Amino acid sequence: MARKITSVNDSPLVPMPTNAYIPQRDLDKIPILETRHLGIDFGGLTAVEDFNLVIGRTEIAGLIGPNGAGKTTVFNLLTKVYQPTRGTILLDGHDTHNMTTVQVNKAGIARTFQNIRLFSNLSVEDNVKLGMHNAIQYGMFSSILRLPSYWKQEKVAHERALELLSIFDMQDMAGAKAGSLPYGAQRRLEIVRALATNPSLLLLDEPAAGMNPSETTELMENIVRIRDMFQIAVLLIEHDMSLVMGICEGICVLNFGKVIAKGTPEDIQSNPVVIEAYLGKKKEEA
Amino acid sequence: MGNFTERLRSMKRTTKVNTATYAGVVLAWLAVTLLRSGGVLGRSASGLLVPICCYIVMAVSLNLTVGILGELSLGHAGFMSVGAFSGVIAAMSLTDSIPSPVLRLAIAMVVGACFAGAVGALVGIPVLRLRGDYLAIVTLAFGEILKELINCLIVGHDENGLHILFNYNGLKNVEDLHLTERGLVIIKGAQGATGSQMLATFNAGVILILITLVIVLNLVNSRSGRAIMSIRDNRIAAESVGINITKYKMMAFVTSAALAGAAGALYGLNYSNLLATKFDFNTSILVLVFVVLGGLGNIWGSMVAAAVLYVLPEALRGLDKYRMLMYAVVLILVMLGTNNPQLKTLFGKLLPRRREEEV
Repeated sequence: MARKITSVNDSPLVPMPTNAYIPQRDLDKIPILETRHLGIDFGGLTAVEDFNLVIGRTEIAGLIGPNGAGKTTVFNLLTKVYQPTRGTILLDGHDTHNMTTVQVNKAGIARTFQNIRLFSNLSVEDNVKLGMHNAIQYGMFSSILRLPSYWKQEKVAHERALELLSIFDMQDMAGAKAGSLPYGAQRRLEIVRALATNPSLLLLDEPAAGMNPSETTELMENIVRIRDMFQIAVLLIEHDMSLVMGICEGICVLNFGKVIAKGTPEDIQSNPVVIEAYLGKKKEEA
Repeated sequence: MGNFTERLRSMKRTTKVNTATYAGVVLAWLAVTLLRSGGVLGRSASGLLVPICCYIVMAVSLNLTVGILGELSLGHAGFMSVGAFSGVIAAMSLTDSIPSPVLRLAIAMVVGACFAGAVGALVGIPVLRLRGDYLAIVTLAFGEILKELINCLIVGHDENGLHILFNYNGLKNVEDLHLTERGLVIIKGAQGATGSQMLATFNAGVILILITLVIVLNLVNSRSGRAIMSIRDNRIAAESVGINITKYKMMAFVTSAALAGAAGALYGLNYSNLLATKFDFNTSILVLVFVVLGGLGNIWGSMVAAAVLYVLPEALRGLDKYRMLMYAVVLILVMLGTNNPQLKTLFGKLLPRRREEEV
């Protein structure tokens, strides 16, 4: 697939930040994502400021923080729903400056949404096929005239869609209307749809929201499995600490739009600044 | 395994509905042809056949914009008028070079579709950046602008080719075309197209309906159609999976306009006199009523609604001056009836298989 990316002058390669928590196996490769001094203002309000993050090519990274910290805003910046006011986003070493949401997706970022955004009147299979939209090539006239390219590519797309759905054991639901699925299945379908765009970085916005503990455990296993299967990086926002601490290799903590801590799960769990952000100051210190 | 067969059945459902739609059109054509040859259908009833075909195509094409793309367009009659007048001009000016009326009608419809499609693209560039109510209002305005522009056209044809005058200040008249003696005036400004040949036939109308169905149904069940529907269902998600919103909005809008143009050409060649004021806001709303009543996104629903609601005022002619009042009452009753949950359950009981699928 053609990737319209413009390269940048300043070296996208290492040096890594000294506090890099990227897993050892990814250290000698160009990070899939690197943000430098990323920031955005809404009017007078600074929603995100000086956001620096490096994600390895096969890393599962977590973005956590209290409500309103700016986590989803970071996702919206990465996918260009908002254009950043300041800073640079390097995707696979290439600047995404001036790219649109569509271009960023073609370049390799796929996402899910905090409040589920499925194509609810379309079937489950069509939702997945829409993820493959840019991989399917036939045009309008082939579809109207039902030329061989239509039949051939639709068949391939159908098989691929079922294959992707089978990751979550959802191939039996392919004909159902997406909006009629139970909540958990809708969340899983969003992940499948994102995967269908063939991304190199998957952004998951609260994938476990509304799931019960056993569903969450299953989801954790599946996220790791997806990473292993597709060899992609995953950045997830999540409030469920068992999930974050269980599968994330690197964690970034955001509060009031600023990064307050970065590190491995062990570092984060014992970091006094993080504990303070979540639980408030102890009485004697206040 | 049980789920698998269920999926197969649900996949077949789309195909089943589509096949039934085509079959319905062919059966209706057969029935009407038989009735006509049997002399059961009077002259006034026969005169309604071509307009019904035109309005069916109009409703199906508007459904592509309103039901499938999910954007409210109130200027659909504008595209119909572009198709009607360009089609009439094409058919009339080719009278000498192409004697076959069937071929000329076909050319007129293609020309009408091309012009309406081109105008659709021109209108679409600014309009499709808007959403919802704003888009509806701007399409309404464009429809009215098109009507006024066509009102200013004076067109004639002679052996030197087409002569076109744009009578913007109302001071020019037919004489200014400077036609030769063998020349023919096709459009006389505000008086519209006069003396056109009535080339339109019911058979041509049915063929146009079938072509429209092939285009719309095949488009909907394809990669492009999925993209168009994804914009309707969730614009932000569509962008996030890499779908070019502008491109697919444009595709739906232009296809819809082009089909309306073809319907317009057929309509225009059904009457010897044609006024631009025929294609005003009321006509756009009329077609929108067909689409809404038939169900958004429901193609066969649009067709049935267009046919029934077009015939209804004629059928109520016996009520004389209470005709339009009764029309409104019937419309309200039908709208209430089709949305009545008790009636829906009743239909559900009558159609057990359908009920099963909904559960």
